[in-house]
Amino acid sequence: MTGFGNLARRGAIRAAGKYRRDFDEKIARNVARGRSRLRVTAYLFTAAFVLVSARLVDLTILKAQPSHANIRATVSQPQSDRADVVDRNGVLLATSLSTASLYVNPQEVFDVDKAVEKLTHVLPELDREGLRRKMIGDHRFAWIARNLTPRQQHAINDLGLPGFGFRHEDRRVYPLARLFAHVVGYTDIDNRGLAGIEKYFDDRLRLPMVHPAEPFSVSLDGRFQHVLHEELTAGMDGFHAKAAVGVVLDATSGELRAMVSLPDFDPNHIRPEDDHARFNRATQGVYEMGSTFKLFTAAMALDGGVVSPNGGYDASEPIQLARHTIRDYHGKARWLSVPEIVMFSSNIGAAKMAQAVGTDEQRKFLERLGLLGRTRIELVEAARPIIPSPWREINTMTIGFGHGLAVTPLQLTSAVAAIANGGIYYPPSILPRPRQTQGVRVVSSSTSSELRKLMRLTVAHGTGGRADVEGYRVGGKTGTAEKVVRGGYHRDALISSFVAVFPIDEPKFVVLVLFDEPRGPENKPRLAGGGWTAAPVAGKIIARLGPLAGIAPRAAEPVPLPASVKLDRESQTASLSQTAVARQVSAPATDRASASTTGTMEELLSQILGAVH
Amino acid sequence: MMIPRTDDSLLGRWWWTVDRQLLVAVAVLAGFGTLLTMSASPAVAERIGTNTYHFVYRQFAFLGLAAVLMFAVSMLPQTVLRQLCWPVLIVSVTLLAATLVIAPEIKGARRWIPVAGLSFQASEFVKPAFAVVSAWLLAGEDPKALVHGRLLCAAMFAGIIALVAAQPDIGMTLVLLAVWFTQFYLSGLHIFWVFVLLGLGGGGALLAYLVFPHVNIRINSFLNPAHGDHYQVDRAMDAFANGGIFGSGPGEGIVKQRLPDAHSDFIFAVAGEEFGLALCLFIVMLFAFVMYRGYAWAIREQSMFAMLAVVGILVQIGIQALIHMGVTLALLPSTGMTLPFISYGGSSTMATALGLGAVLALTRRGYSWGMER
Repeated sequence: MTGFGNLARRGAIRAAGKYRRDFDEKIARNVARGRSRLRVTAYLFTAAFVLVSARLVDLTILKAQPSHANIRATVSQPQSDRADVVDRNGVLLATSLSTASLYVNPQEVFDVDKAVEKLTHVLPELDREGLRRKMIGDHRFAWIARNLTPRQQHAINDLGLPGFGFRHEDRRVYPLARLFAHVVGYTDIDNRGLAGIEKYFDDRLRLPMVHPAEPFSVSLDGRFQHVLHEELTAGMDGFHAKAAVGVVLDATSGELRAMVSLPDFDPNHIRPEDDHARFNRATQGVYEMGSTFKLFTAAMALDGGVVSPNGGYDASEPIQLARHTIRDYHGKARWLSVPEIVMFSSNIGAAKMAQAVGTDEQRKFLERLGLLGRTRIELVEAARPIIPSPWREINTMTIGFGHGLAVTPLQLTSAVAAIANGGIYYPPSILPRPRQTQGVRVVSSSTSSELRKLMRLTVAHGTGGRADVEGYRVGGKTGTAEKVVRGGYHRDALISSFVAVFPIDEPKFVVLVLFDEPRGPENKPRLAGGGWTAAPVAGKIIARLGPLAGIAPRAAEPVPLPASVKLDRESQTASLSQTAVARQVSAPATDRASASTTGTMEELLSQILGAVH
Repeated sequence: MMIPRTDDSLLGRWWWTVDRQLLVAVAVLAGFGTLLTMSASPAVAERIGTNTYHFVYRQFAFLGLAAVLMFAVSMLPQTVLRQLCWPVLIVSVTLLAATLVIAPEIKGARRWIPVAGLSFQASEFVKPAFAVVSAWLLAGEDPKALVHGRLLCAAMFAGIIALVAAQPDIGMTLVLLAVWFTQFYLSGLHIFWVFVLLGLGGGGALLAYLVFPHVNIRINSFLNPAHGDHYQVDRAMDAFANGGIFGSGPGEGIVKQRLPDAHSDFIFAVAGEEFGLALCLFIVMLFAFVMYRGYAWAIREQSMFAMLAVVGILVQIGIQALIHMGVTLALLPSTGMTLPFISYGGSSTMATALGLGAVLALTRRGYSWGMER
């Protein structure tokens, strides 16, 4: 029993042991398989971690847009990317100043109201609604304010607004403000040239610069410009003119020394109301110049041998042509010699002289003087003259005394320089020219010499007396033209000018002064002509430029009158007080109304020719 | 820490037997977590109108409690641990069921039970508890087991999944599925059933896509980035791009100001912006290292239960980390998932501490299953 019991117990234990062994074996098998499967999951996890790491690199480095950090890095060395402009003496006319500009990233602004509130406190000129719109939306960049002062930048930094940042920008600055407004021009806020030198030489100014940038040097002279600007401004105020133009040209090279157009503007702060002032009258405005053209007529006639310096024309009777009359104002009513025609500014004489030369010759001659093509100057603001078409004999005659052809003041100035400097035409230029510049001969040197004499006579004894400056031997010619207003010439609206050459015995500079609608004292329009307004201003300018230019004044010497000139006392006073107004056409009554205030060239011609279309 | 090897005290024995490398890696992760919480949460706190350091203070408190909990759990012998997980699981599953009834709806889901001013997320505690319980059931190491372990495990799992999915909490469902499937797979499931389960998982995912509108929207907007709302993911992209290699510096991030969940579901993006690629890669490496330590131990382990429990908990942590990173890096459709050890969150921190404590307890040297037997 015991044995059986023992046996039975032993069997049970053995069975349990076997079960236990089987169980353990099964577990061990499972654990072994589990291990290999463990490796599979480990590989999967490894792959997932590698994928996440790769994506991290992708997002932070490869796909990263230029972040704020990068922007800061590029800004740390502010560098001017636009060259300075300097005058011939190295005086800064235009330069770039590194300033801070405020921008916003709307994605980082989280309290728009607060930001608007704080910003308008520091920058009160900002428009609240516009500001709010810039801070809302999907975009990531919007300018808030450009070219802030360091003080403003500091104040904005102090606000501690998130989402706002500064970029350093070059701001174009014109230290002489309005002095060179039209010539140097200006740029837009992104420093792209919009006018003047800034526009014409935009590519050259923005060339990748070696550091420090080499300045861009021009032929202008700040001192000349200052004198011209000051005297013109004073003249414009004194004569209540609507506008004024002044040009100073180097007579022997065509280099532009000064050029002023009034009214002007401050290129540092261009306002919408400056639109009118931004017009450069010296190169964009075209005017019928009046009597100054008689110089070209005389030069043309003398050079072509059509008339001798002692020859002349009968100016006793007005010229009747078609339905029009060319007459002189307070003319001598007698035969006039060539010097007399110029000195006393006889329209009849000039018209006859031009007629004698002929239309074709006149066209060719004026073409050579650069008066029929686009104004040659390194500015985009360069106008074309208004040329009669067709060019008939009547045009030839009126152009002979400066009517019927409208040119820019700069064109006139450089043409006069060619007549006076020995007969060589140099296209005007803003850039410094080497001494031996090739020009184009337009008249012989002897003709030029004759013309210089005529110009000197005009100042010494004729209509240009008020331009004379003792010691500087000024020669010149007045010009007075009635403006075309509402389709007809207007006797009270004048373009009064004076073109001066000095020193006349060895021309260095040509000075042009032009006033638009100057008024004489006591509303006497006859005293608003070139001899009364432009000539004295030109005299004042020359008196100041002479010493600047290093021209030694010489003791006054009498200017003898040629035998061909009869200067009676009466005619002298008449010529001085009248300054032959080139109002040659008594406009016929016409019922044709014109809406235009200035009139087109066609209307002008129809007025001159009396042609009724 | 100066503890001599001969120290026979409780602490001394714990120190010399615990996986210290794992402990250090986790401590470093938690350190970054506090740094990032300090950086990311003030903006969120100010936005929701509480004290600026509301989340910071609370997270510090949670971390303290979590350290204590982890230490306590890691001291437990394996049998006690195993037995303790049953009541934890039962309580948390009960609470999980209760959330469906009593929890207020927040952002379209019922997950949090308000308890004494704190909100308690029961599903977080289900994860480690169930990982241990199912490891025991799947290991089949109890010869006296009355019921077939695998069947019981599958049934329990189905119930829990149903509760979590009903909340609805798709991210948590995915984590639980991954953990359970891995354990099932490792426990020696026949390869045929492995594929059956994979097929079921795929079918279930499709079903979820078709049935749950919010899953549908998330997936669609992920597959078709031109549509839908990716506000947070887009901001996260900005953050990484902004951060670059070395980041913009601690506290210098800007994108966090605009990320509603900067302190929790998108904290990795804050890490990316302020500390850059360098720290992000380091965090990835630390997670990989934590998993590696567990795996390196598991591969030598003789006990199926211990292996399954440790791997189950680590897979849970690893999957969660990968999903969190995947979402912030726009590799996965967006779903709310905290980054273990790092994100703000009381329940997730405590639950992670519980799980990690269990891992440390199970991997203590000289305390393996066999020796105790």
